[in-house]
Amino acid sequence: MTAQVAESLPQEVTKPSLRERIRMHGGYLPYLLVLPTMLLILVIAIYPMLDSLRISLLNNPLLSQPSFVGLRNYTRVLSDPVFITAIGTTIFFMLISVVLETMLGLGIALLINKTFPGRGLVRAAILVPWAFPTVVSAQMWLLMYNDQTGIITYILQSMHLLSAGDTLIGSRIGVIIASIITDTWKTTPFMALLILAGLQVIPTELYEAASVDGTSRWQRFIRITLPMLKGPLLIALLFRSLDAIRVFDLFYVFGQRSVPSIASYANFKMFAGTAEDFAPGVAATVIVFLFGIVISLVFLFLMRESTSRN
Amino acid sequence: MAIGAHSSLKVRDTDHARRRSRSGEEHTWSWGTFGRYIAVALVVVVALAPLYWTFITSVKSGVELNASPPTLFPTSFDLSNYVLVFSSSFFLPTLRNSAIISAVTTVLALLFGVLSAYAIARIDFLGKSAVLSSVLAVNMFPFIAMVGPLFVLFTGPFYIYNTYLALIIPDLVLTLPLTIWFLTSFFRDLPADLEESARVDGASRLYTLWKIIVPLTAPGVFAAAILSFIAVWNDFLFGLTLTSDEQAQPVTVGITRFNSEHVVAYGQLAAAAIVVTIPLVILVLLFQRRIVSGLTAGAVKG
Repeated sequence: MTAQVAESLPQEVTKPSLRERIRMHGGYLPYLLVLPTMLLILVIAIYPMLDSLRISLLNNPLLSQPSFVGLRNYTRVLSDPVFITAIGTTIFFMLISVVLETMLGLGIALLINKTFPGRGLVRAAILVPWAFPTVVSAQMWLLMYNDQTGIITYILQSMHLLSAGDTLIGSRIGVIIASIITDTWKTTPFMALLILAGLQVIPTELYEAASVDGTSRWQRFIRITLPMLKGPLLIALLFRSLDAIRVFDLFYVFGQRSVPSIASYANFKMFAGTAEDFAPGVAATVIVFLFGIVISLVFLFLMRESTSRN
Repeated sequence: MAIGAHSSLKVRDTDHARRRSRSGEEHTWSWGTFGRYIAVALVVVVALAPLYWTFITSVKSGVELNASPPTLFPTSFDLSNYVLVFSSSFFLPTLRNSAIISAVTTVLALLFGVLSAYAIARIDFLGKSAVLSSVLAVNMFPFIAMVGPLFVLFTGPFYIYNTYLALIIPDLVLTLPLTIWFLTSFFRDLPADLEESARVDGASRLYTLWKIIVPLTAPGVFAAAILSFIAVWNDFLFGLTLTSDEQAQPVTVGITRFNSEHVVAYGQLAAAAIVVTIPLVILVLLFQRRIVSGLTAGAVKG
């Protein structure tokens, strides 16, 4: 870059030193201001992540003299059929819930995009599910899924989708469906509000110009709305997917030990097994982390693709 | 927003009159509007139905709870579940724990967050994008992966297991990214010349801060506080793994103690859920506009 600068400005342009550049940009003050945050993140987030890698290679970190066992914990976890099933469970959950939440969120956003009386109340009402702790939401839906007070159980039994005495959370697919329903209930409002914010930034002139040209509502949706939403949508999808892959609370309540997600599997391995299971549990959490990295890379690629095309 | 001539526009989807309101959005009175209202009503019902079911479950008598089919409109009104919940040995302590942990963590997050957000929003310093990206990246961490090492640390060399500190520390990781993201966006929108003109007028630094900057930033900081409080209150994973009893357990863990292996006290579970969620419902209803702006800040502006 220095060579290019030298070409365009052939006179005395010397590249300022680092110290000068810092002074030009506000001095050392900003670094002081962000220092506490960066230190905190380093110690509380980065250190445990790195340490989890270390622990996953030990036999038992709770001993005073743990020994290094290489990748044994990983092979142990990956050869456990329960874990492999949990991977399938979690991925299935992630795909379905993210798609559902995005489509429903889009629908709701379009619905409340126009002003109408009581709109603020509606926004507040749909925000309510988001405010509850996930585990409490799970408990509330459990009151509808269980065999004693479960209204949903009753309805499904009346429709003969469930046999008498059986509940939705009695089978693996049922637990997954129950988790998807509860997660969709909790998160769709958030997606809807996010998309709504994106919708309201689209200038109305675009729509007016299009309707003068005689386009139909559907065409305007496809050609104007969707492309303009792409940016916020991708970001929302990225965060939702990462959230979904680490799903814990829902499967802890609905699936317990029999139908785990990879995060709840890791938790049971670490805290409800023998001391020997702790390190394999940590190995399982590292695998969750790897899944997260893969998802992030996929989305980064998608986002780069869309910005380069524009 | 532009208000164009509407008489000459040919629009296909409805043949009813269109009126443009002041804000430039359309009101179309037709079957479409009716359908829209029905759909919105449906969404609201679905959103609030579980809350309703939990409430009536909490006030049904024991006899009615066991009724089959379950009753949609309760015929009894019995507060004994609430009595049992409040007199249980662990519920109120966990409620207090949650309140203290959420409050302290929020204060800390605001402290760190305001400093960092001010720097990021106002000063264009070298490495700024690196700082911002690393803060956002923390949001993408699988927190379950932090649990193992923290457990080893807090039961070993840094023995704070089952104390408030054991939760405050990881909960900061939960709220800091959100807080900084929101505050940065908020500070960016503040007019920059206000601080400078006040300074030029000869007002002392402290006066400037108190009379001008604080009132300007108060709404944003307040909104950030609400978001942060809710985020910490909702934590379950750290509370479950880094505490062992009601000495430091948050209420999210406390509420699961109503499910024992054999007998699930559904009535009490429902009552506990109502107690935990009512304050949140009130918070949301009162501050929904601020909360919404907080959640969507930066997502659209980038």
